[in-house]
Amino acid sequence: MKTTYLLLKYLAILLWSSFVALPFLWALTTSFKTANGVTGGATYIPWLQYEPSLEGWKVLVRTGGQGIDIVAPYISSVVVTLSASLISLALGTLAAYGLSRFSYRLGFVKNSDITFFFISQRIMPPIVLAIPFFLMLQFLGLLDTIAGLILVYVALLLPIATWVMVDFFNNVPSEIDEMAMIDGCNPIEAFVRVILPNSLPGIAVGGLFCIIFGWNDFFFAFTLTFTKTQLLPVAVVALNSSVTPWWSLSASALVSVAPLVIIAFVVERFLSSGNMAGAIR
Amino acid sequence: MLKLNHKHFFLLPGLIVLVAIIIFPLLFTLRVSFSSWDVVKPGLDWLGGKNYGRLFVDMRFWEALTRLSMMAVGSVLIQYVIGFGLALLVWRDIILKRFVRVLFLVPMMTTPVIMSVIWRTILHESLGPANDIIQLFGFEPLTWLSTARMAMVSVITVEVWQWTPFMFLLLLAGLLSLPNEPYMAAAIDGAGPFRTFFSVTFPLMAPISIGAILIRLIEASKLMETVYVLTSGGPGTATETSSYYIYIRGLRDYQIGYAASLSLTYLVIMIISLTIIAKVLTYKFARN
Repeated sequence: MKTTYLLLKYLAILLWSSFVALPFLWALTTSFKTANGVTGGATYIPWLQYEPSLEGWKVLVRTGGQGIDIVAPYISSVVVTLSASLISLALGTLAAYGLSRFSYRLGFVKNSDITFFFISQRIMPPIVLAIPFFLMLQFLGLLDTIAGLILVYVALLLPIATWVMVDFFNNVPSEIDEMAMIDGCNPIEAFVRVILPNSLPGIAVGGLFCIIFGWNDFFFAFTLTFTKTQLLPVAVVALNSSVTPWWSLSASALVSVAPLVIIAFVVERFLSSGNMAGAIR
Repeated sequence: MLKLNHKHFFLLPGLIVLVAIIIFPLLFTLRVSFSSWDVVKPGLDWLGGKNYGRLFVDMRFWEALTRLSMMAVGSVLIQYVIGFGLALLVWRDIILKRFVRVLFLVPMMTTPVIMSVIWRTILHESLGPANDIIQLFGFEPLTWLSTARMAMVSVITVEVWQWTPFMFLLLLAGLLSLPNEPYMAAAIDGAGPFRTFFSVTFPLMAPISIGAILIRLIEASKLMETVYVLTSGGPGTATETSSYYIYIRGLRDYQIGYAASLSLTYLVIMIISLTIIAKVLTYKFARN
């Protein structure tokens, strides 16, 4: 009975693991193929089933006008994601601390309504904002620029940052700030000197979520840029056109998702140390 | 009236930025939805409610909305069941615990469109491994992306692959924060694993479950990128979702005015239905 149960348990884990790993393994093996290795049907094992080549990886870096250049979009994606995440995190942490510690009132609008306003932005389908964003950036002259994308991504990430941080601050006892203020700090000093240093786990989780959602967004990058600026997901999906070179497609997909796979390790660490529970509920 | 002091220093910067970036576009969209702005005649004329009249009889929009509801609810429920199952599997000590947990989390970290591109090569009917693998087990090859029903199954499969980890993360975080006492009490009463699950774990997890399901429903209601890459809404319009239909009308046909009215209607319907779902779920399962 006990062994059957254990056997079933590990079988289930194995099954789901294979399902999870399938696209990565497939992309990995495909990235070393050439046209011959792809057009003959599905093959998996290099040397045995197809002759491996580095063709798919080589074209990622443009040399002398040849290749597809994934480097420039990569840098743009890093810049946009990190800038937007930092701005959102800064604004979101401040707003969240305010919402968690002070009471605001404007007519019938109370704290809970403001918090809800922040969080409710997640309901907004990107398509609803795409057209006005397009016209707004055109008006500001920011269409097809890094700055324009950062602006839009702040709107996307600020609700996430605020949401994570409000919840985090609600679980930090307010005695801590009161102590600091008794010691002669004004609220802003108390926040900077006492609260911030003690909030690093929450800020880290908020930052991770910002990076995940920023790095992985496709729709705004797709509708608001054309030729001058290109983000990574757009560059990779552009390879998915009529004549698909599966090998370079797979190679570029793998380098695009690689940095975020590292984040999975960080998230697991937070999960095990119990910091996640308070931060994402 | 509004006296600025230290507490506004915290809230206002974020609030102003968000209001500026969200409210202006929304009001603008509202105005555009009453105009006939299109590729021939871009500009804000006054059309009255004609766009709304048109969308009311636009069956393609309502079909896309029905399809979206089915896909969202269906895939989220599958994600919940699998995600809960996986969280229970790795909750207690198992061999390679950390490795398995990381592996289970990985898909949610990866870019949906990029992984959909990879999935498209996997589901390729003659060159992809999907048909190759199922033939190994003696099944007939399937038309993954070219028939209506299978295209739907494929989109949902990819969604489940991508987002079950998010459900898993929220539910595992919930499980790890559960108190120990009820389990000791259950053990003293001699409750078996199933009994313990249904009378201790499941009820304790109800609020977290509801939160997780709602978060995922909200995200799933925007479903479009998977569809765009995998099937482009096809075959025909078999996998077209609301967002994708509005995208075609607005940014491909450039019927800006009509797309604006479609998107506002879609937004309002989503807000109303998600609010109702939230109220019903909270009322039914989390009263205590």
